[in-house]
Amino acid sequence: MTTTRKDPVLVILQLTGANDYLNTIVPYADPLYWDNRPRVKIPEDLLQPIDDELAFRPDMEPLKKLYDNGKMAIIHGVGFANSPRSHFRAMDIWHTCEPDHVGVDGWLAKVIRDLDPTGENVLKGVNFGQGLPRAMTMRGVPVTSVTNLASYGVLSTARGITSEQERAQLLDSFSRMYAPAIGTGPTMDFLGQAGLSALKGADIIRSAPEKYSSTIEYAKNSIARSLRDVAQVHLAGLGTQVFYTSHGPFDTHFDQSGSHTKLWSEISEAVDDFFADLQEHDSGEEVVLMMFSEFGRRVRDNGTGTDHGAGGAAFLMGDRVNGGMYGTYPSLKPEHLTQGDLAPSYDFRGFYSTVIDKWLGLDPVPIVGGKFEELSFV
Amino acid sequence: MMAVSIGMSQSIEYCLVPAAETGVVPMSRSPASLDTSFSQTYDVTIGTIGDLRPSDILVPNPDGSSGSIHGDVSMPHRKDIALMAHLMRRAGFGAPHGELETRAAMGYEAVVEELLHPEEQPAIDEELLYRVFPGYEGAAGAPISQADWVYRMINTQRPLEEKMALFWHQLFATGNSKVDNPPELTRQIAMFREYGLGKFGDLLVELAKSPAMIFWLDNHGNHDGAINENWGRELLELFSLGVGNYSEDDIRDAARAFTGWTIAPKIPRNPLGRFYWNFEYKAEDHDEEEKTFLGHTGNLNGDDIIGIIVDQPASSRFLARHLYRFFVADEPQVSDWNITPPKDPEAIEELVDAYNESHGDIRFIMRVLFNSEFFKNSRFARVKSPAELIVGTVRIAGNYDGFRPGFNNLAIECAWQGQELLNPPSVESWHTGSEWIDAGGLLRRVNFASGTLGDISLPGVRAIINRVRDQAQAQGKLSPQALVATCLDSLGALEVSDSTTHIELLTHASVGGELAWNTPEEVSASEKKIGKILTLIAASRDYQFA
Repeated sequence: MTTTRKDPVLVILQLTGANDYLNTIVPYADPLYWDNRPRVKIPEDLLQPIDDELAFRPDMEPLKKLYDNGKMAIIHGVGFANSPRSHFRAMDIWHTCEPDHVGVDGWLAKVIRDLDPTGENVLKGVNFGQGLPRAMTMRGVPVTSVTNLASYGVLSTARGITSEQERAQLLDSFSRMYAPAIGTGPTMDFLGQAGLSALKGADIIRSAPEKYSSTIEYAKNSIARSLRDVAQVHLAGLGTQVFYTSHGPFDTHFDQSGSHTKLWSEISEAVDDFFADLQEHDSGEEVVLMMFSEFGRRVRDNGTGTDHGAGGAAFLMGDRVNGGMYGTYPSLKPEHLTQGDLAPSYDFRGFYSTVIDKWLGLDPVPIVGGKFEELSFV
Repeated sequence: MMAVSIGMSQSIEYCLVPAAETGVVPMSRSPASLDTSFSQTYDVTIGTIGDLRPSDILVPNPDGSSGSIHGDVSMPHRKDIALMAHLMRRAGFGAPHGELETRAAMGYEAVVEELLHPEEQPAIDEELLYRVFPGYEGAAGAPISQADWVYRMINTQRPLEEKMALFWHQLFATGNSKVDNPPELTRQIAMFREYGLGKFGDLLVELAKSPAMIFWLDNHGNHDGAINENWGRELLELFSLGVGNYSEDDIRDAARAFTGWTIAPKIPRNPLGRFYWNFEYKAEDHDEEEKTFLGHTGNLNGDDIIGIIVDQPASSRFLARHLYRFFVADEPQVSDWNITPPKDPEAIEELVDAYNESHGDIRFIMRVLFNSEFFKNSRFARVKSPAELIVGTVRIAGNYDGFRPGFNNLAIECAWQGQELLNPPSVESWHTGSEWIDAGGLLRRVNFASGTLGDISLPGVRAIINRVRDQAQAQGKLSPQALVATCLDSLGALEVSDSTTHIELLTHASVGGELAWNTPEEVSASEKKIGKILTLIAASRDYQFA
């Protein structure tokens, strides 16, 4: 492994299901917000003002602290033209940087390839969650996907295993069964590589929880657990530079206030715990955490929730982030809306390009498929 | 000396040689079998597992003769059972050994006929299904509709009907990500069951009327004077002719011909939930002007377009290639078809001929396919899709027979392995073959299959244990070879392609000596050992193939 602890690390937290931008960074000084949100709004007395126009929702208080300390950048109006209102399609565009046709390769897989061209470290990119996001998928780029760090491993579901020795014997057999064999054909070879990658990744990553100790007690929710897993693997120094995890569902068509509050409370606590943990281990400078959602929600509420819209806010957090607000909040004026939705003001590929170029030190052009405006938030 | 054949497509001949008493790994070989080319060619080192000492090892059979992997547990109809296992994996979702024996006794062609006539077998009792699982009817969420389908895949007595539904779903990929109405997708799948073995043209007409498809490809936005080409384009490109067999003008006029094919006004989802949609033909929104499609000119309507499509040579070839890829052997991805020729052009020709002879009668084509030599010779030539792997595994383990909780977990597992039913990634559908595999997905496949088949409490696994026990008791003892052979045999006459895997299995089978069932301790140890062998087989590369 060529990586050292000081290499830049990117953590992506995907807000799955389309986060309501208007009720996350609330344009409370704009009467159009109150006009369009007769039911699904944040009461004014609960808002956490950022300035005299915008405010955080109340449950984002821990994140506001980060912001006030200059460690959080808010990027406004992020999205793309002709935003589809399909979760899947929109997420695909975010994952592949291909707004005009269905793309195959993930942008982060290309990042991982460029960080580790020989594919030497199967832990260069690690996903925490169920199933690999398309962003990390590309033929020939090995990445690791972990559902539960504590129980992760090949043959972890095997029954009737009574001793560590027995487990070790089974894994030994597995590794020999997946070793390259002559004359068995490309698919068998490919399976062999995939099996050995899984085994190797599991072997290394299993060591992370053992090495970890911390006084931080993470909140009891799934995103806090995932971010603790991220911290454990990062602090174990395994050379991982790209972590992926997600939280949701933000698809708040119905009865939004309860669920949106719960989600943001969980995220705020989890992110707060995560950075506190990094501080404790003197690692705050090595990591930035990015948050995005596939699109925002309709400007006008539907009575109890909000329907699919376009545009949103993206966030970048960390000690090395230049905190503050970037870009412009899209106008809520009816003549500026597209079919009732905000018109995105900043191409998401510019957001990616900034992170790829200024944080990871890679050439963003081949990764995002062109040159897009970079900002100075990192 | 027993000869064994181990091979997926190409068999390598070995013979089993009893190891010398003092043998350590690699075991000493009897002089007759000493063949140094073995280690040079295959570079096989016999596994050292702790202090295990396999009592037998594999070496190539010097005379190159073929034989049965069973050696001393020879079964007269093993070839028939292996072929039946193949048929049931492809025409259905696999079958436990007992069912294979019964079917093999019926004869191959008779079973093909039975599969081709699902209407003669009992259907899933939907009234009962929806009384037991009230949530499944008009299911509110995608996982429930997926669970409904998984229940049917496992419990159907009409395996080919269900497999055809999956085939058409993979071909006419319609996704809930956009449709956002799982019951409507479930109705599309039910339509595939009903029309999936009929005439290709009839199926395409039903597809064009499927509300889920209309919404998925925007035909409700395709109006007289303001066409939306999405459905027209994909009908030609992805569902029937394939790229290069039509012009942009053909797409435009096909789209014009389908104006007015729309969805009746929907009942809003809120506040009562989702309702079925209905097809509606709006004559007043249909373009009645003259159109030209693939050289045919007239006031064409949608069914005229489909009538022209199904008579195109490109359609028969396109469907033949899809059938070959799904039922016979992995092929390049569809997007590469216009630059990559078929692996087996003669097989495609046979299927094309069947299409032409029967005017696109799918049942007729499937009969030709299943009875063909290319089909019979294609054992383990496909990587299992996640649905095939999961359903096939639990059908053998017998832990999801009938009504029980957990079908939603199987559906979700399927999604995690990379195939979310009713929600293919795009209209281009899933990429198949080795593209089902990545390190994360493979880990899930291995853990799911080995966790299930290694669970000796499950009824299907107990049936395998009992089979092994009966053999052991009938013969007085059971060699490690016979134990491994019976376990492989019980998992659909599986074959392990490389000697390393077989040696690993033999090594574990040799631990602790012969299986015995005389005392509770022996029973427990024997069962545990069988569980371990099944765990390893299910974790193997070979288990990934159908």
